[in-house]
Amino acid sequence: MTALSPTASALIRLDGVSCAYGGTRVLTGVDLAVTPRQFTGIVGPSGSGKTTLLRVLLGTVRPVSGSVQRRPGLRVGYVPQVEAVDWSFPVTVGECVLMARTRGRRLPWRSRVEQAEVGEVLARLGIESLAGRHIRDLSGGQQQRVFIARALLGRPQLLLMDEPTSGVDVRTRHEVLHLLDDLHRDGLAIVLTTHDLNGMAAHLPHLVCLNTEVLGQGTPQEVLTADVLERTYGARMEILEHAGMPIVLDQYVPADNVLRYRRKGA
Amino acid sequence: MQELLRPFDFEFFRNGLVVATFAGALCGMVGVYVVLKGMSYIGHGLSHAIFGGFAASALLGVNVVLGAGVWGAASALMISGITRRRVIGSDAAIGVITTASFALGLALFAVFGGRGRSFDAALFGSILGVSGADVWAVIAVTAAVALVVFFGYRQLLFTTFDPEVAEASGVHTARVDALLMLVLAAAILATMQVLGVTLVAAVLVIPPTIARMLTSSFSRMLLLSTGIGALTGFVGMNLSYHLDVQSGPTIVLVGAALFAVVFAVTGTRGLRRTAGLDDHAAPVLAPPHGRRRHAGGPY
Repeated sequence: MTALSPTASALIRLDGVSCAYGGTRVLTGVDLAVTPRQFTGIVGPSGSGKTTLLRVLLGTVRPVSGSVQRRPGLRVGYVPQVEAVDWSFPVTVGECVLMARTRGRRLPWRSRVEQAEVGEVLARLGIESLAGRHIRDLSGGQQQRVFIARALLGRPQLLLMDEPTSGVDVRTRHEVLHLLDDLHRDGLAIVLTTHDLNGMAAHLPHLVCLNTEVLGQGTPQEVLTADVLERTYGARMEILEHAGMPIVLDQYVPADNVLRYRRKGA
Repeated sequence: MQELLRPFDFEFFRNGLVVATFAGALCGMVGVYVVLKGMSYIGHGLSHAIFGGFAASALLGVNVVLGAGVWGAASALMISGITRRRVIGSDAAIGVITTASFALGLALFAVFGGRGRSFDAALFGSILGVSGADVWAVIAVTAAVALVVFFGYRQLLFTTFDPEVAEASGVHTARVDALLMLVLAAAILATMQVLGVTLVAAVLVIPPTIARMLTSSFSRMLLLSTGIGALTGFVGMNLSYHLDVQSGPTIVLVGAALFAVVFAVTGTRGLRRTAGLDDHAAPVLAPPHGRRRHAGGPY
């Protein structure tokens, strides 16, 4: 990993990045630049390398080839998938958020400054009254906010989120989208992965279609097309438009219909 | 009352009581990380591995604490390295290393039995051989581990809860894991004399499990578990004298009885808190390259 020039336009730039786990290639020749105030969604089928790409951006996965350049001193916050969190772990909301302050102070208890900072970030996300609650005793939206709060306590310039709306209901998804929109308006660059093409991806300003390699980049109108999606997912989809937004429909044909068509054809 | 205080007239009992109390607190403290990281099997295996070093050093006339300590540290680091690299299943690797070491200890006792500390004491614990030097050794180990936990509190917590994000945040999780293994080896070594290798794992697991049933805060769990470990050591050692039962089984049974009481009081609420504790098929330390223990896969 090398450092970008402090005056470079990108926060992180990937050039021809390839990654592999035990000989299995999961990313091939990925070129991607993340700029300040960018809001990008990475979409693709399961096993397409979305999380690996996020981890390359985070710096926890090293590519086998290609280069990763970062702006010096770049602060990156990471919000894991809720499915990846150990919800039985004995940690309160306040303790969880304070984890972001592991470096520097060695004493176990929080300083007055830290207390104020944790209170401030929890208040910003509307969960200040939950500081003493166990993380499992929260709604889906509140749980997402706790991990966003932990990431924000590190004052990141770039926020990475792995499937922030995976397994949540519509109301929680709306909460998360509004929250991310607010954070983006405040100047934060955000890159997230999602499976949800209509509920999440179509609402984002910029998308990357990934299936081991990048198959399309641009606005939802540019990327959520039948051709790009077929190359990405290996399945035919139909695109409708509603209020200027693309809506993706499965072109699923039930098996008995297939037989009927075949008989007709015969 | 006089009957209750009578054992305090004996130096061996006073020494054993101090060692049991401090060792209980020590295991309660370290056990929190052992349980939360799903390392109970490592704790169990490591205690058996250290038995090999215990036997070898006792029979060779080397200082037992030093010999078993070096052996334990080497085993701990080996287990830590194998677990992180995932060359083979970590549970299988731990099984091979620790049972081979334990078997070596048994073989050494079988061939050269009669010299050094007794076989039964090493397996099931005994307070008869606890000297003043042993007391100070256990106090020193407890103090050293407490300092590690105190000053490493934040890094240990982050690495235990979320190793991937901890690593990305600048925490050297590999070093933290290695340190934790060394601390675990030190705790087992310090406790082995009173509890024996077969029962050390119980005092690493029971106090944190009880503490978890009582609180959902990590800091409170750490304090409670340490206190519960000390209490069970103290009460168990006293009961051991009065009931004329070996110290190891008595301390473990006191812990188990306390677990039953807390379970009766907290009921399903307490059990719900412990749901998922140590539920991993294989013990997992912070893996390299950001692969999480709960993540569905590398994608």
